[in-house]
Amino acid sequence: MPAAKPVLEVNQLSVRTKTKTLIHPLEFTLQKGEILGLVGESGSGKTVTSMAIFQLLHKESMVIDGSIRLNGQELNGLPEKQMKTIRGKDIAFIMQNPMNAFTPVYTIGNQFVETIRAHIACSKKEALELATEALANVNLPHPKTLLSLYPFQLSGGMLQRVMIAFAACLHPKVIIADEPTTALDVHNQLQVLRHLEHIRATYGTSILLISHDLGVISEMADYVAVMQNGHLVEQANVFDLFDSPQHAYTKQLLDARPTLHMTPSTREVSYESS
Amino acid sequence: MSLLDVKQISHTYKTNSMFKPHHERTVLNNISFSIDEGSCFAILGSSGAGKSTIGKIILGIEKPTQGSVQFMGHDLYTIDKKLKHQLRRDLQVVFQDSYSSVNPRMTAEQIIAEPLKNYEKLSATEQKRSIIELLEHVGLSKNDLMKYPHEFSGGQLQRINIARALSLKPKLIVLDEPVSSLDMVNQTLILELLNNLKKELGLTYFFITHDIKAAHMLADQLGILEKGQLVEVFNNPSEFFTSVHPVVHQLRSAILAEHPSSRTIRSNKRP
Repeated sequence: MPAAKPVLEVNQLSVRTKTKTLIHPLEFTLQKGEILGLVGESGSGKTVTSMAIFQLLHKESMVIDGSIRLNGQELNGLPEKQMKTIRGKDIAFIMQNPMNAFTPVYTIGNQFVETIRAHIACSKKEALELATEALANVNLPHPKTLLSLYPFQLSGGMLQRVMIAFAACLHPKVIIADEPTTALDVHNQLQVLRHLEHIRATYGTSILLISHDLGVISEMADYVAVMQNGHLVEQANVFDLFDSPQHAYTKQLLDARPTLHMTPSTREVSYESS
Repeated sequence: MSLLDVKQISHTYKTNSMFKPHHERTVLNNISFSIDEGSCFAILGSSGAGKSTIGKIILGIEKPTQGSVQFMGHDLYTIDKKLKHQLRRDLQVVFQDSYSSVNPRMTAEQIIAEPLKNYEKLSATEQKRSIIELLEHVGLSKNDLMKYPHEFSGGQLQRINIARALSLKPKLIVLDEPVSSLDMVNQTLILELLNNLKKELGLTYFFITHDIKAAHMLADQLGILEKGQLVEVFNNPSEFFTSVHPVVHQLRSAILAEHPSSRTIRSNKRP
């Protein structure tokens, strides 16, 4: 897809503190409806990269250089007031730990309405309708009742789906999902990934999927960027990356994962027997 | 004779909170299994299935509502305090969250020394020597003795937790999701370490996990827990892939592809 204009374009992005460079200049692009997987072990700079895109890093203590363009608009250095209108509407964030992402003292509905009304002019009633619809879209049962519940009354898997509903309800152009399934068990993991794919397929949302789990990456990604110690060491199509990793570190990552030595055929068999 | 015999345990939690007064919830229902010395029994289940409750019951810190736990031939919940104190040194645990399992104001040396202080009367030099030995056993070195928890990565700190669990040369270690909060490289490294230690020291594990891949690396026996019921026990973990039990099937279909060509959520065709 050489001709299409990328939705997100990161160019020569670097992040450093006074004493240390956290991210060495890196670049990647994200086309419409594409999923870019960002892999690497803990501490490799995956989350710092996503925070930089979201302009959530502490500006006094960190220097962010380079350009981050969302549909041609430069985000790096954008005043906070303008950034606020972009966050949540054009670019949404799904965090690893759903338990910490919500305010414990307000109901889900309350927080949902706040998010919606921050971006579009509508009445509380309309916002609630939109929220109910968004929750139903991620297959949450009884969305109306759910809106009156507090975050602690839901399980981690449900909360993560609520967060995805939050992220998707304003149909953002880009969703950054930072380890969206790491805190979940396998069953919920599969559901959450399916919902992300559903959102991508329905709204053409581009997703930056951060994960250390190569299973998640191989299921979801179109392209993969591998990070190590703040460097982007390899970028490739997901098939090429798994078939012929170029960088030594990528090979190491692929070798290090626990495998079941299942061939594609045994996997198909296990699916067909349903 | 098996090292641990869990006989028909059931467990009910009673809550009396502001939100749910006099609420009873049965989390375990008639669970029986036994673990032979030197083997690893892995229990697989989704969150809320009751896995960690079994772990607590085995450790002797949560009395089951019904049933008994026999460890080395003694019933953990009827024996007298003195004997229980002795038995407990042979029962150790490693938790999922490595940071919250240690006191942030203690150095690695102090953390590992705690069980030794409780059970062994060692001189200062002997104690230090055995701590260094333990650190080397788990792949760390004596340079790490004086470090505080925040100076370690999650994987390193989990090694400290394993060293602490090993310090009294226990018989059984309960591993409650020991690798779930680590990245993949560290997961594999810790699982390999646990496997080597098991062979080397003849340890017995009760391994709680929701990750079939991790279970496969370590387990000799595999139990499937669903809503408080032990629905299947496989004496050979490979039977997991052929079992037709619906719960097993559901767990199996949630395994993610190892290669994009076998993925199912998105198209597995090359662009």
